[in-house]
Amino acid sequence: MSKARTSYGRMALVHIALIAYTLVAVFPVFLTLINSFKNRNAIFRNPMQLPTPETFDLVGYATVLGQGDFATYFQNSLIVTVVSIVLVLVFGAMSAFALSEYRFRGNTLMGLYLALGIMIPIRLGTVAILQGMVATGLVNTLTALILVYTAQGLPLAVFILSEFMRTVSDDLKNAGRIDGLSEYSIFFRLVLPLVRPAMATVAVFTMIPIWNDLWFPLILAPSEATKTVTLGSQIFIGQFVTNWNAVLAALSLAILPVLVLYLAFSRQLIRGITSGAVK
Amino acid sequence: MTDATLSRDELEAVRRPRRWHIGVFLLPALVVYSAVMILPLIETLRLSFYNTVDGQYTFVGLGNFRVLFGDARWSADFWNALKNNFIFFAIHMLVQNPIGIALAALLSLPRLRFAAFYRTAIFLPTLLSFVIVGFIWKLILSPIWGVSPYLMDLVGLKWMFAPWLGKPGSALIAVSLISVWQYVGIPMMLIYAALLNIPEEVIEAAECDGITGWAQFFKIKLPLVLPAIGIISILTFVGNFNAFDLVYTVQGALAGPDGSTDILGTLLYRTFFGFQLQLGDRSMGATIATVMFLIILAGVSLYLFVIQRRIRRYQF
Repeated sequence: MSKARTSYGRMALVHIALIAYTLVAVFPVFLTLINSFKNRNAIFRNPMQLPTPETFDLVGYATVLGQGDFATYFQNSLIVTVVSIVLVLVFGAMSAFALSEYRFRGNTLMGLYLALGIMIPIRLGTVAILQGMVATGLVNTLTALILVYTAQGLPLAVFILSEFMRTVSDDLKNAGRIDGLSEYSIFFRLVLPLVRPAMATVAVFTMIPIWNDLWFPLILAPSEATKTVTLGSQIFIGQFVTNWNAVLAALSLAILPVLVLYLAFSRQLIRGITSGAVK
Repeated sequence: MTDATLSRDELEAVRRPRRWHIGVFLLPALVVYSAVMILPLIETLRLSFYNTVDGQYTFVGLGNFRVLFGDARWSADFWNALKNNFIFFAIHMLVQNPIGIALAALLSLPRLRFAAFYRTAIFLPTLLSFVIVGFIWKLILSPIWGVSPYLMDLVGLKWMFAPWLGKPGSALIAVSLISVWQYVGIPMMLIYAALLNIPEEVIEAAECDGITGWAQFFKIKLPLVLPAIGIISILTFVGNFNAFDLVYTVQGALAGPDGSTDILGTLLYRTFFGFQLQLGDRSMGATIATVMFLIILAGVSLYLFVIQRRIRRYQF
């Protein structure tokens, strides 16, 4: 039966189509990376060529690391992303547990209220968010970004985690109750370890939009001390538009961490997407 | 289930003292979510009914909307941004989603080798930030660098090359296609997941009836993944009417050339935050945000209450 489905000619066409699109997807990134290691002449004369000993040049990287304060930007992005993810996971898992474990008045309503944010983007409230941050003196602090991203990540986290928590066996939790565990211990010591795979999925989904966001850093924290990598490279590249070496090097530096993380976690990410977490 | 059979008094008696832990579990998420997301959203909607008249901050009813839709200074920009946003969305629906579905169909073929490699490579751009994507394409499409003319020369199409990002007629299409390039991975993955969920027996039954290849895809698989296509459509809609970063990176806050790539997100940014000589206007910013909210709400409601209910779902 499977013979009938696969003829060699057809499979070859399928591969050609997929290779063609893979090239379209990867080529621009590849082009940026290879040209960032070349000198200015080579960038313009032979953009397609891999760097050779004659054309190899790190002047772009020297400019970026010398001029831009990328270490600070990286640190800011890292702090904002990590703290937001931790808060989203802890707060999200707690609410998801309350919603999936207990029957109380207003449970469904609460679930719907928390799910609103999946479809309605937080950006639409920016005018009032900025006003609130100004009033509380949080403008140009990383705290402002962390609060916004935590709120932004919570709806999807609660949604995915509560679906997963429904699959945790009741017998296990009841056994814990009989052994005298408090509800808090049941959550932290029995349930949390069991939903770790779902937490990883949520972490990845939460991380990407936070790391890549330009809107909120631009509006809430544009000061030099609180710039994130995304905003920092946007401004840096904007200033160095004519210095192609620096622009290509800055782009490569911005791509690198994402690329490394992606290659390390792509299986987990893709399994998360395809496992039906988002149905 | 038991609660329903107990009377209210019995329930009171059975109930444990007060289950404080439920509140403790819910509280942190509720506080952050309500304070940073829901209340500002409501406040923004409220602000759109107020404006400063003769130095006095007052309730103006629908006055701001009347200005936005009808006043000469505002309406041209607004209708232009709205029109561009619909074109932006249409290009995504016509290009991104069909390519995503086609790629998913190819990837889900049984016993395809290197499927994991293709999947990983094609999904890569989705993870990059708009800033990276925007600048990479700006460089590639730049006539100064000459990469695009060179590549087009290879296939004999050099005469077609033009500085697309710089011409009002083609800039919006170019920006939309960059965004399509970046996001094609999402429909691909969701449709791919849906295709993998189709049980083997259904496919085998189709084969027994002699339905294979194209016919099998269009008559058997496509109807079965319609719910997933519905989801990617609404995700595309919300994402597009909320877009900002890519246009801002590629064309700047003025969304040039000549406003031809201006969408609601960039209009909102310029209006409420101010740009160059234009001062920030909180009330009009809130008004534009409210219009965006209503558009997204209309789209989501249409999906939830009309499309999702009409789509036939199959239980396996």
